[in-house]
Amino acid sequence: MQNDARITVLIPTPLRRFTGGEAKVAVAGSNVAEVLDALDDAHPGIGERLRDDSGQLRRFVNVFVNGHNIRDGQGVETPLSTGDEVGIIPAMAGGEGT
Amino acid sequence: MKAGASPPPGIEEFRLPDQMHAAIVDHAMRDAPRECCGIIAGRDGMPMQLYETRNVATGNRFYEIDPAQLIDLEFRELPAQEFEIVAIYHSHPESPAYPSATDVELAFWPDAVFLICSLADRDRPVVRGFRIRDGAIDEVSLSE
Repeated sequence: MQNDARITVLIPTPLRRFTGGEAKVAVAGSNVAEVLDALDDAHPGIGERLRDDSGQLRRFVNVFVNGHNIRDGQGVETPLSTGDEVGIIPAMAGGEGT
Repeated sequence: MKAGASPPPGIEEFRLPDQMHAAIVDHAMRDAPRECCGIIAGRDGMPMQLYETRNVATGNRFYEIDPAQLIDLEFRELPAQEFEIVAIYHSHPESPAYPSATDVELAFWPDAVFLICSLADRDRPVVRGFRIRDGAIDEVSLSE
């Protein structure tokens, strides 16, 4: 089955409190949305940091698949297969403007 | 604060070597009127290496570190050296060295010290440090 794909998810420092300090987590899923669902099932609370109520990625969170930003492609529908690496990175952003 | 002096009781201290302080001011001056940004990596909260990063934000009054550069630092470059991110810096070309409402709203890295370089007085750049956690701002005492 396709969703048996085993995906490595890279967890950034600010979100490791949800994964018991682990920087890498392995979950199953056939696309990014499924992987993020599986990640939240395994580590409750992390999901709401990543996506809004409609399931879209939050503006200041970026997800990369094998080094490519999913915003430049199919977003959370980006397909995955075993061995793919999903990296999550919250923005470092701000500034004097409002 | 001079090296060796103690911060007031209850105030966290962050060591910012002179050359990193100078590098942040230099970066801020070079990129003005745009905001500059970068990170300081180290171990156990001690700064060891400064990385200038690309600002991909629109306009002159915001910064966003290029996420492609950031993900490479966070998951490859820094772990390979057993470094972690200890501070994030950016400039305020026209306003004081104090976190703006935007800085507080977008502070997603609670383990890092936020360094802000103000160029409001171009002849006297000011760098100050802060913790920003859950909407609360606590100034950090910078030592050399």
